[in-house]
Amino acid sequence: MLKISNMNLFYGAIHALHDITFHVNEGEIVTLIGANGAGKTSILNAVSAIVPYKEGEVQFNGESITKVPAYQLIYRGLAHVPEGRRVFARMSVKENLEMGAFSRKDIKGIHADAERVYQHFPRLKERRSQHAGTLSGGEQQMLAIGRALMSNPKLLMMDEPSMGLSPILVSEIFSIVREINKEGTTVLLVEQNAHMALSVANRGYVLETGRIVLEGTAQALLNNDDVKKAYLGTA
Amino acid sequence: MALFFNQLINGVHVGSIYALIALGYTMVYGIVKLINFAHGDILMVGAYTIVVMVNMLGLHPVLSIAISVLMCILFGVVIEWVAYRPLRASPKISSLITAIGVSMLLQNVALLIFSPTPKPYPIQVNVAPLQFWEIQISFTTLLTFVVSVVLMVLLQGFVISSKAGKSMRAVSEDTDAAMLMGINVNHTITMTFAVGCALAAVGSLLYCMAYPAVSPTLGSLPGVKAFIAAVLGGIGMIPGAMLGGFILGIAESLTKGYISSQMSDAVVYGILIIVLLFKPAGLLGIGIREKV
Repeated sequence: MLKISNMNLFYGAIHALHDITFHVNEGEIVTLIGANGAGKTSILNAVSAIVPYKEGEVQFNGESITKVPAYQLIYRGLAHVPEGRRVFARMSVKENLEMGAFSRKDIKGIHADAERVYQHFPRLKERRSQHAGTLSGGEQQMLAIGRALMSNPKLLMMDEPSMGLSPILVSEIFSIVREINKEGTTVLLVEQNAHMALSVANRGYVLETGRIVLEGTAQALLNNDDVKKAYLGTA
Repeated sequence: MALFFNQLINGVHVGSIYALIALGYTMVYGIVKLINFAHGDILMVGAYTIVVMVNMLGLHPVLSIAISVLMCILFGVVIEWVAYRPLRASPKISSLITAIGVSMLLQNVALLIFSPTPKPYPIQVNVAPLQFWEIQISFTTLLTFVVSVVLMVLLQGFVISSKAGKSMRAVSEDTDAAMLMGINVNHTITMTFAVGCALAAVGSLLYCMAYPAVSPTLGSLPGVKAFIAAVLGGIGMIPGAMLGGFILGIAESLTKGYISSQMSDAVVYGILIIVLLFKPAGLLGIGIREKV
């Protein structure tokens, strides 16, 4: 469904991503794990065309999206929950969800998806007329995910959904990621919380300083000694 | 007492004009974080368009007003496209200096074409003022107030309820996130300039009806005042621009009535300084806060 080939990205003179090649199949949950600064967020931002990359190609559903401007990607079914949530703080929860459905015109479908989001996150329904800036960090994360779901995406890219959340909230968010995937949305998950990410994912890629150094099924990575030592804290 | 009310009415009159112009500053700032110093000169463009259409081409005033609104929109959109868009990723100071340059360019081109001699503004309404005891309200004042308030209510409705208005708010809060929602940021910015300049065109009409001499520097003074109004109310906040405009107009007018005309600017700047000392983000402005 998503295929990235030989992506090289530079920030000024800094070579941030080296020959990144990986793919996500339809129906999967794929995770990119790695330490802070390994390039996980850069990959998602490059796929979303927020950050330009120098070389490489991105294919989505068999078509090249390398030259497609960022705002058009959601119309093709590619949604991105950015790092740090980036909800619209001075807009209400309801308006944030409306913005998530900006790319759609089918009012019935939008209503149905709003209900679906409220079912996943009942807390958002309670707070639907509140400004997003007044929500707690966890609620903002739920809103950011809900907002992305409002576009009814084929592929949902999530950047560090667990960041800054309590352990209970983290497992809540991850169980919702699994539910979303069961409902038919493919998920590309970027995480520092490698254990959690690998426990929900089918496959994973390990990034180190801008390079993919390891790949495999989630199970294999969980049992890999290097991964255990570096990311899981159990050796 | 009559003096107070008459000055208050004058204040509301100029205040509503400042407010209309301030909206253009604040909306543009809200969305591209740029003080568009050429915004005042859009008033001048609107005024000369009316002069040319009515005095030289003999067109009907209503048609001329429509053309002047279109002209202002055209200028605003082209300025954004030619001067500001290429600099969007540059440091803010570059676009700020460019804005000042655009303002000078517009004024000097007008000077070349129209000469520094002021031209009479051809549109006036000659209706007897309303009289309540000793309080007089001219028809122009009433018209200015009603037109401004109607436009502000419409604008507020547009920004709060319409899809385009919501996309404007989204872009002003977080451009990248808005892009991820499928919002075409370039279109939204163009639309913001267009709306701001349309309001400036109406502001120009109302301003020139009160001060009917059209010169190349016509826009400077109301431009600066409206900019101060926008900052006073909290730049980037639409209701702030309206509030700031009225406060500024009323303060100016009351000073003229009770202290002296020369002092009015000093009082206006004094208010600005005091407000910014205690509320640096302006009266309705909110400090930037982010949750991590």
